Amino acid sequence: MTTDIHSAGENSLIVYLGDSTSPQVSARVQSTAQKITRALGDALIDLVPSYASLLVIYDPLQTDHFHVHQAIRSVLHTLDEAEDALTQGNRVTLPVYYSAESGEDLLTLAANSGLTPEDVIRIHCEQEYRVYAIGFAPGFAYLGEVDERIAAPRLSTPRQRVPRGAVAIADRQTAVYPAVSPGGWNLIGLCPLRMFDPDSDPTMPIAVGDIVCFEAVDRDHFFALGGELP
Amino acid sequence: MSMRVIQPGLLSLIQDGGRHGRHNIGLTTGGPMDGQAFAICNRLLGNAPGSTLIEVSFGGMQLEAQVDTYICVTGAEIPLTINGRDAALWQSHRVLAGDTIALEFASAGCRAYLGVVGGFDIPLSFGSSATVMREHIGGLAGDKLHAGDQLACKTVTEHRCKQLPPEHQPRYHDSVTVRVIPGYQQSHFSRLQQRRFFSHTYEVSDRCDRMGYRLQGPAIDCDIKGILSEGICHGAIQIPADGQPIVLLNDRQTIGGYPKIGSALSLDTHALAQLRPGGKVFFAPISTHAAHNALHLARSYILRQPIRECPP
Repeated sequence: MTTDIHSAGENSLIVYLGDSTSPQVSARVQSTAQKITRALGDALIDLVPSYASLLVIYDPLQTDHFHVHQAIRSVLHTLDEAEDALTQGNRVTLPVYYSAESGEDLLTLAANSGLTPEDVIRIHCEQEYRVYAIGFAPGFAYLGEVDERIAAPRLSTPRQRVPRGAVAIADRQTAVYPAVSPGGWNLIGLCPLRMFDPDSDPTMPIAVGDIVCFEAVDRDHFFALGGELP
Repeated sequence: MSMRVIQPGLLSLIQDGGRHGRHNIGLTTGGPMDGQAFAICNRLLGNAPGSTLIEVSFGGMQLEAQVDTYICVTGAEIPLTINGRDAALWQSHRVLAGDTIALEFASAGCRAYLGVVGGFDIPLSFGSSATVMREHIGGLAGDKLHAGDQLACKTVTEHRCKQLPPEHQPRYHDSVTVRVIPGYQQSHFSRLQQRRFFSHTYEVSDRCDRMGYRLQGPAIDCDIKGILSEGICHGAIQIPADGQPIVLLNDRQTIGGYPKIGSALSLDTHALAQLRPGGKVFFAPISTHAAHNALHLARSYILRQPIRECPP
């Protein structure tokens, strides 16, 4: 697997840990992030882990790019696959009320895939997903990978308003919208749990590297869990 | 003990030094778009660096002091009055409870910073008071200022008014040279495309805000159209499919999948953020090494600035 360190900006370097999306590369990103956090201490300002890269933001008045580059190289030397594999996140199960009333695109997605809505739900629930990245909006987690049979391209015209909790698919990724926002993903259901709550600790039920499963719940159970229809 | 907002103006936001260390949950940085004017305002008030101030974009703000304190306004050239009397920017002024502080509209630059001694006392959200409206985080309930808002600050009776001598005050022009640190996907831009980028004038489009400044000019072509989404640093210059550069700033998304030709030096994004649509931008390459030197010199300059006491 190829690794590479590039300059990103006046206070950041980006570490590439592979060139495709895979659980192995993602584990390597996680493991690198943990080690860099320890190696840089106070000089580290922020980290952005993503699918196959890690952006390292440092304080250029406390340290310099030579030092940070060297620290990252040392960390990369100590990585090994067996150890990466142990960098496992939590397993989190998210309840979802899948239906035409809670997921506007469920019937269209099923029809376009040549499946019944029940098949789409079953296939979406069968898979385990890895949290590859968090971004776009606070708490928006990119989960992969969706079974090819239910992968669907983004809508040609994004919606102005996607409800909070919407469970959606775009290509081979799936996500739960943490807040009302515009969005072009295919909506298939609603999750009654808060995916981002600034007032609770932890703020999010999931983090990069975690494994997420979806569990279908019926309408009554959805309401009992605090769900609301938009 | 507070300042009351009589008129918020077009866009007035509570800002401190920004929110750091929370990119892992998708929170962006926020903070002052013109970090230089922001830093000088806090320095003139004797505040700790990064104390909470108001970033006033374009102007039109009026406050009523409900406390005796001292204020200072730096940044864009905006006429400032206290009870209708003209007051100079780049210096601290005494205000008393009941006084009206008014900012008209900017004639040069577009962002000004209004602060009080000790900074505004705003509850922190994820370690910072910085308002990011897109995230509904920071400031007062995650939003811009509205008429009637109360901004807590303390009574101050002891402060010697300070000023930055006119010859040291930044001037805001309608063109800016932005130094660019090569990086990210720069090797995917051919030499011809890089030469085009660094030798033409770009213009600030109407789509410029705290997330980023979208520019217009000769389109830049990249060998690759998209990349796996990755972390975006402050100042990163993204080239989307239409080839028109976007300089990503304080409220940027933390990850994205467009190729980037490099990143702007923060010392120059401060000046960029003072440009309005139609402003001209030139790009010049700079090494990481030279960028670090420039940052150290800039910090040393801020500390050595000959701030002097105002004549009585």
